[in-house]
Amino acid sequence: MTNHWIDLKNSDCIFVIGSNPAENHPISFKWIMRAKDAGGKLICVDPRFTKTAGKADFYAPIRSGSDIAFFGGFISYILANDLMFKDYVVNYTNASFIVGDAYDFKDGMFSGYNAEKKAYDKSKWAFAKDEAGIVKKDPSLQNPRCVYQLMKKHYERYTLKAVSDITGCAQDKLEQCYKLYGATGAPEKTGTMLYAMGQTQHTVGVQNIRAMSIIQLLLGNIGVAGGGINALRGEANVQGSTDQGLLFHILPGYVPTPAASMQELKTYNEKNTPVSKDPKSINWWGNRPKYLASYLKAIYPKQKPEDAYKWLPKVEDGKDYSWLTLFDEMYKGAFKGFFAWGQNPAASTANCGKVREAMTKLDWMVTVNIFDTETASFWKGPGMDPKKIKTEVFFLPCCVSIEKEGSISNSGRWMQWRYPGPAPLGGTKPDGDLIYELFEKIKGLYAKDKKAVFPDPIVNLNWDIATNHVFDPHKVAKLINGYFLSEKTIGDKTYKAGDPVPSFALLQDDGSTCSGNWIYAGSYTDKNMAARRDKTQTPMQEKIGLYPGWTWCWPVNRRIIYNRASVDPQGKPYQPTKPVIEWQDGKWVGDVPDGPWPPMADEKGKYAFIMTTEGFAQLYGPGRNDGPFPEHYEPMECPIPEHPFSKVLNNPTALKFTGNREGHASCDPRFPFICSTYRVTEHWQTGVMTRWTPWLLEAEPQMFVEMSPELAALRGIKGGDKCTVESARGSLWAIAIVTERMRPMQVMGQTVHMVGIPWHFGWVYPKDGGDSANLLTASVGDPNTGIPETKAFMVNVKKA
Amino acid sequence: MSLERREFLKLSAATVAFTAFGGLGLDLTTVQAAADLSKLKGSKQTTSVCCYCSVGCGLIVSTGLEGKGRAVNVEGDPDHPINEGSLCPKGASIWQLTENDKRITKVLYRAPNSDKWQVKSYEWALDEIAKRVKKVRDAAFIAKDAKGQTVNRLEAIASVGSAAMDNEECWIYQQMLRALGLTYIEHQARI
Ligand code: SF4
Repeated sequence: MTNHWIDLKNSDCIFVIGSNPAENHPISFKWIMRAKDAGGKLICVDPRFTKTAGKADFYAPIRSGSDIAFFGGFISYILANDLMFKDYVVNYTNASFIVGDAYDFKDGMFSGYNAEKKAYDKSKWAFAKDEAGIVKKDPSLQNPRCVYQLMKKHYERYTLKAVSDITGCAQDKLEQCYKLYGATGAPEKTGTMLYAMGQTQHTVGVQNIRAMSIIQLLLGNIGVAGGGINALRGEANVQGSTDQGLLFHILPGYVPTPAASMQELKTYNEKNTPVSKDPKSINWWGNRPKYLASYLKAIYPKQKPEDAYKWLPKVEDGKDYSWLTLFDEMYKGAFKGFFAWGQNPAASTANCGKVREAMTKLDWMVTVNIFDTETASFWKGPGMDPKKIKTEVFFLPCCVSIEKEGSISNSGRWMQWRYPGPAPLGGTKPDGDLIYELFEKIKGLYAKDKKAVFPDPIVNLNWDIATNHVFDPHKVAKLINGYFLSEKTIGDKTYKAGDPVPSFALLQDDGSTCSGNWIYAGSYTDKNMAARRDKTQTPMQEKIGLYPGWTWCWPVNRRIIYNRASVDPQGKPYQPTKPVIEWQDGKWVGDVPDGPWPPMADEKGKYAFIMTTEGFAQLYGPGRNDGPFPEHYEPMECPIPEHPFSKVLNNPTALKFTGNREGHASCDPRFPFICSTYRVTEHWQTGVMTRWTPWLLEAEPQMFVEMSPELAALRGIKGGDKCTVESARGSLWAIAIVTERMRPMQVMGQTVHMVGIPWHFGWVYPKDGGDSANLLTASVGDPNTGIPETKAFMVNVKKA
Repeated sequence: MSLERREFLKLSAATVAFTAFGGLGLDLTTVQAAADLSKLKGSKQTTSVCCYCSVGCGLIVSTGLEGKGRAVNVEGDPDHPINEGSLCPKGASIWQLTENDKRITKVLYRAPNSDKWQVKSYEWALDEIAKRVKKVRDAAFIAKDAKGQTVNRLEAIASVGSAAMDNEECWIYQQMLRALGLTYIEHQARI
């Protein structure tokens, strides 16, 4: 989230799309209702009439997988009706940037496509620069090659009629929706967009989010109270686990993992440190070398950063190691060993039948969980013959969260400390102890074997993370924050070795500081900031419910990021009734600003979007793999052979696999209905924790499929009937819920039906609860993130 | 039901475990008083945060001081500025998640081609896992890639996990995996 949960109350209009906070983030809805109580409007766009829709002032259904068409129509409407917040757009976005001559867009394809590699040459999309190396701009927005004009041209094709044809949403509904939310383009109004996996789990997932961001920027809704682009994340600490770099492509703090072509730290820094020639651009990522050096000193305190760098594993340039690829490799037998730590991939992975089979090819698996899972017990699952499965499985039971101590980071980036209540049940252990003890043993084996292969990175790893041989979360939290390793004078202050680093602004690239994760620098200084419970606020902060003394928030306790865009170039808030920051008597008051510099109009002022190289938010985004502007493509499995915007049916760069487990069925009469997966209030993820909790299981005991009365009549199904739902990849049973929450739609002149299924069930428990929805979903993914397309795929439904 | 919304919030903050499933067909005042007494008697209170969705609702955990020292109640923290004492059904059921006889409390091991679990000790399991990790790494470590570039990586072991861990646990986990040379490091954020 750019903003945070309480901030929802400040919004004049809340736009919910691809999420369902009333059911999936229930307590957040308290703040949505406060916004409504204060006169704000709630819009819900969803294929299904959810509980969020039930509370909405305006509801519009669209076909799952048609979001970019919907947003493209919206962008076109904003530009055609001049609803944008022009000063904001000119001052803070790249609308005025001139795009280089090599950029082009024709019939669904951007310039630079290589059909063999199924990838674009992104250098074709670069901006035009002047002799000083600064991007050329036209603040009048008239130049036909400026972003604003190119965008206008790009989205002219997204007429109300075309958008209605493809989304299935009536033209008047579209127009009302665009008008209602478009009103937040007025300078004093703010609107927020809330999304979740309904937007990301598509082969155009990243471009869905880009499209929303474009709308938010055109309406001046980023950086402001009651605004922002807000991901409602699904897990208590999925923000934190991402921040801590548990992904193949990033180290902690969003520092890219080194690739093979970057043999030396120097080369890495050259390739990964953006440079801006514009003195008004802060280009914050220009500091990246300091963050990597400090990380290297955190993990290898005795080595020089350039030496420690050599020990880090290097990924192969251009090779994908992401989730779907990982399981494809496992299916091909590439792995001997596998850790499924606090995860249940045999139920949570798209096309999980393939994953279950892939697990039979492992020599061994280690799995850590609270309860038995479909992953731990895969060898005795449906269709498995244990006698034929060689995989050894080690199940290490861990304790639950209220039995241990440490911090988690919520969607609003609040790092919150948890204290232990009861001791771990029956001698179970916190994950931290298990990791600590396991690596102690591995290290011991390497230390004593003279012939061990490349022991250096193992025996030298900083494993001073325990007190009396017990994992110590405070020690690690201090290391994540970072401290000085030698005496250092910065400005007029001298820091001694061991002093905590007060902020990432003080991290160094010479090895004199360590910090496990630069964005968390400032979280554990003279005290544990994440444990704070101080609700004091200044009157200005109180207006928007900022709570700066309650726990701690990254970065630097800034509660609303990009907040320099909430003020005009003189530093006056655009929304005086709900100011985030304000320049008063030569200093900023309110939230922690995005950097201390004076407002933009000042001689020493800086551009607002400090994390981008040029300092401007990106309406045009030349860094994505599938184009600088979001373009509509159908889901990889879709019910229609063509769409109105181009001849290119699907995303030409989508992540795909070949092999006998990759069934595929577009416009296939055997699988005529669109299916989407989702959640219910009482269960969570694959149900690993909630299915074993009797109160919750009683409320939602088994797998179901929601369908419209029309579809039910077509198939002779009644509510409560046991049905078979099948796709080109698998089949499962589900109990029919026949409901008007689902409606057939008219798409490109045909009637299209949709069904929906929850993904919380699995064969392990309860006995008659059904199996995972992911037996049906496809292993295809977004070309930028690899996130699977589980929100739109084709199925058949019949009475069992 | 004539309760004002604010009053209801106040009451529900203290009686959430009852109201979440029992509705409002109770005399809340009495329940509140009784709940307060029974909860506090012989227990200590600690704060925590809900382990389910990312709203991050604050919890008050009451742990018995006598007997087995188990959780006797988990409810919303009324001082927490986000949830102001309330919890959704998932958060309100954390007590039952904890005090749950279906939890696995012993290390389990499934041998190759076996059709059952065996109970083992942590000590044994961690020793065995460590041996296997070293064996695979020693055999499959890739010092240089096909182009002769030093890559120091291990592609024969993969890991997924975990957003269910604390920040500090995630951090040491990534550090351990990278020290071993893993590149297949993924978790829930990707799905
Ligand atoms: S109580 Fe409910 S809304 Fe609050 S964090 Fe837990 S799951 Fe989310």
